[in-house]
Amino acid sequence: MRGNPESHELISPGSLTGVLAQLSAEPGTWTPIAGGTELMVAHAAGRLNASRLINLWGLPELDFIRIGDNSIAIGGGVTFGRIRKNAAIATEFPLLSKAASWIGSIANQNRATIAGNIVNGSPAADAPPALLVYDAEIELISKRGTRRIPYADFHLGYKRSVLQPDELVLALHLPRRFARNKQYLRKVGTRKAMAITKVALAASAVIQNNVITEIRLAAASVADRPVRLLATEDALLGMPLSSETIRAARTALLSEVLPIDDIRSTADYRKQVAANLLEEFLRELARGDASA
Amino acid sequence: MSVIQLTVNGHQTQVEAPPMKRLLDVLREDLGLTGAKEGCGEGECGSCSVRMNGELVNSCLVPILQADGAHIQTVEGLAIDAELHPLQKAFLECGGAQCGICTPGMLMAATHLLVHNPHPTLEEIREGLAGNLCRCTGFIKIFDSVIAAAAMGGAKTHAR
Repeated sequence: MRGNPESHELISPGSLTGVLAQLSAEPGTWTPIAGGTELMVAHAAGRLNASRLINLWGLPELDFIRIGDNSIAIGGGVTFGRIRKNAAIATEFPLLSKAASWIGSIANQNRATIAGNIVNGSPAADAPPALLVYDAEIELISKRGTRRIPYADFHLGYKRSVLQPDELVLALHLPRRFARNKQYLRKVGTRKAMAITKVALAASAVIQNNVITEIRLAAASVADRPVRLLATEDALLGMPLSSETIRAARTALLSEVLPIDDIRSTADYRKQVAANLLEEFLRELARGDASA
Repeated sequence: MSVIQLTVNGHQTQVEAPPMKRLLDVLREDLGLTGAKEGCGEGECGSCSVRMNGELVNSCLVPILQADGAHIQTVEGLAIDAELHPLQKAFLECGGAQCGICTPGMLMAATHLLVHNPHPTLEEIREGLAGNLCRCTGFIKIFDSVIAAAAMGGAKTHAR
């Protein structure tokens, strides 16, 4: 432990209203902390820049999963352990369930929250590709009120987002219209457990008479933020599931993704693997056996 | 400084600590419970694993303020007086413990697994312990220990 606990303030107003009032009174001063799976790591290493932290862990107003007629709402404070155990999410949004199951260890899943995974802003984060494929909306709350935007518009760049200093993630809303789609999620890391993504691909498709009538693709670690692969989708939409289509989709993906070289992998490797994952999904579709 | 109420291994206690002090450090320094170990200090190795309100957590990642009012179970809470927990007996018998650094965390992760899943498959054991690293045993003897403990009825909690 190289950090000094005495050099950081941590307060716990105990209610969402109390937290929002504090964030509004001194915007930019307070850093929210929930499960601590990012901030406490920085703290232990002595590189936690935030000197004033405000506790979100245990706020009941952020800890809910609501099943509505048309969508499922997941509170920002819901842990991946809870997401994993939710039967409705497992049935209708298996990619999110699967992503939750490989976020760190059981102990990490019991603490890491879905809002934390998003606001931390890592391009390698596990939940975002599934959320992008499922056309999620993100609802933000501040003392000024709430606003709801497509999750695809949330990230602006590397570790940059539209989240204002007085705002928190209240919920993610997932429309309930993907249950019958063919779905795919694969993460490639150094090893199966506890590894951060080198590249991951999430996908959802509808095939009618061997033609792709609906396609959604999203990836991790191929750009400065989690991204939908819109150009690659364009290369596939309305096309027959043939080897020519797969080749064209690979070409589209390779020109669309912009990965980098870093400690975990290289740009070239990430491009190749992303294209291979796409091809794996499309070949599964062609065989008729793609599922989550 | 914050005043924190805790129930640790069934005993109510109170500590005064900076709110960002880690649960791990409060257990070891303020309460003298040195079973939980600091390995990596970043939630990767699991040697600081404890149960907080029935959930497995890495105590190195919990600021003590978030544990206010919580029930904490540590490795010291497994044995009842001289009677070892079935998992502890199994680790001894199967050679699941060697240098001992990972053992308290392994025992708590295995306890948590057996509470939720009294007869896990090998695959489920591997997943349940995926966040706990061991540099001695090669893991096989640890998995054997958990299988043996499950056969002994290791899921039964040893609440005093």
